[in-house]
Amino acid sequence: MTDRPLTQHIDLSRPPYDLAQYEDVGGYAGARKVITEMTPAQGLEILKDSGLRGRGGAGFPTGVKWSFVPMYNTPAPTKYIVANADEMEPGTFKDRLLMEGCPHLLVEGMIVGAYILQANIGYIFIRGEYIEAAQLLNEAIAECRKKGYLGERILGGDWSFELHVHTSAGRYICGEETALLNSLEGKRATPRAKPPFPQVSGLWGRPTIVNNVETLCNLPQIVLLGADWFKQLSLTDDAGTKLYGVSGRVNTPGCWELPMGTSARELIERHAGGMCDGYQLKTFLPGGGSTPLLLPEHLDTPMDYTHIGKLGSRLGTGTVIVIDDQVDFIGALKNLEHFFSQESCGFCTPCRDGLPWVEKALHNIECGSGSRADLDWLRRATWMLNMGNTFCAHAPGAMGPLDSALKFFPDEFERRLP
Amino acid sequence: MAPTRAALISCLSDEEIAEIRAEASHYEYPQAASIEALKVVQKHRGWVSDESLREVARLLDMSAEQLDGVATFYSLIFRRPVGDNMLMLCDGISCWMLGCEKIKAHIESRLGIGYGETTPDNKFTLIPVTCQGACDRAPVLLENMRLHTHLSNDKIDQLLAQTEAEKPQ
Repeated sequence: MTDRPLTQHIDLSRPPYDLAQYEDVGGYAGARKVITEMTPAQGLEILKDSGLRGRGGAGFPTGVKWSFVPMYNTPAPTKYIVANADEMEPGTFKDRLLMEGCPHLLVEGMIVGAYILQANIGYIFIRGEYIEAAQLLNEAIAECRKKGYLGERILGGDWSFELHVHTSAGRYICGEETALLNSLEGKRATPRAKPPFPQVSGLWGRPTIVNNVETLCNLPQIVLLGADWFKQLSLTDDAGTKLYGVSGRVNTPGCWELPMGTSARELIERHAGGMCDGYQLKTFLPGGGSTPLLLPEHLDTPMDYTHIGKLGSRLGTGTVIVIDDQVDFIGALKNLEHFFSQESCGFCTPCRDGLPWVEKALHNIECGSGSRADLDWLRRATWMLNMGNTFCAHAPGAMGPLDSALKFFPDEFERRLP
Repeated sequence: MAPTRAALISCLSDEEIAEIRAEASHYEYPQAASIEALKVVQKHRGWVSDESLREVARLLDMSAEQLDGVATFYSLIFRRPVGDNMLMLCDGISCWMLGCEKIKAHIESRLGIGYGETTPDNKFTLIPVTCQGACDRAPVLLENMRLHTHLSNDKIDQLLAQTEAEKPQ
């Protein structure tokens, strides 16, 4: 039994496995097992028992999310499953590895998931810049159609499933699941009001599940090897493995599949080879650009949803961004807030108008022309643009690094004021 | 879609229409293919003109205004002409920390253009793009959607020379 269900077949020094090669190493055994030996309800039960939590950033238990999808007796209306492959969180580079390294794993994960949900149509919503990944996925899908893993009456049963790749055209907000659905319908990617939740009324008003690539890639091995196997992969109570990454001034930046709960110290010092000569770790974002900063004293905390949550931050995507002692700290913060400001969909006022003001205040402070009013505005923004005051989680996400920066490094702001 | 409709479309090539219809077949409603249809036009023409936009809208049973609302929302749909080669420099946090501003300054001094500008000979357009998901290989840029990693001034010089030597697409 593998201890790396996501990356066991990934070797970037060769092309990814085609269908025959993937089957030779046990590929599609998970799909075969769930379709020929299990009812959808049994599949969902294993998924719930496994404790798998969404790997896109929110960490919501996948089995619980899926249990809200209505199950019909025939004739059933269309249901959809969507892979969120719109990897755009700053500092995140894990789904690219999965799709470029083993496209068949995602296709199999979607087949397993679609069977459990009894979905008939699936889309892989992939960002426009991931040209190679989109091409590899299209090739994998074509192979599966030919082989009968996709199409009518799969493996002789009465369930049919078709899968398509949708390539997007930019905009971070497409990663928000309801905005993604609007985008998939060919509209501007503004988020939708919830409820109704997509599980009940999603794409074109039909039941729809949207999950991150890494989440879906876990499914084949979970149905094949069981919930207990999946739980024992982890060092903590949050089950499974996790794709962790480190970028910034470290010796060997990269992305690795490790047991859930591996500490940031182990990631940075062991896997990423430590800080580059002459650089010290000042602070780090544990899981992408919207996750609140953590300090060197937090390096030994297990990197899982529960423990990082208790520190007031979020595991997010699990890709650590290291900020060293020589980076212009305010400049780095401005870079992040510029991103969020630019990527606001413009639908709600606090986000559309507030984020550019945050960027402007940071710009003033960075240039030495800031005032007490700029700093006061930044402090005010951390609640005005936060949860409850905005339509979706975009602006609150942007406040994550800002709020923690004001809390941990007030002097960085004060000493730049004239 | 009615076969007679193709006759109404004068500006789009048969190839473009066929590609757009293939994309539209993946969805319950043709409008869902709007983004991919705009990308088809852009692949063939480099950008989306008002004329192309109107005809794509007609092909997908949408109003031109509705489609323009979509086209102007997405950052990778170009509603203005661009140069033969697109240079898209990543300004994500990891690339920024590893010196993308210096790379930008070097490109600017080599080509004499800033973000959003095209060289007078129409060879290059430079724009910033958000995090490209290659932070372990920062700084990075996309040259005509091809990823170039671990950028340095020397690498930029090589890339510019190579791109200039190749025939424009």
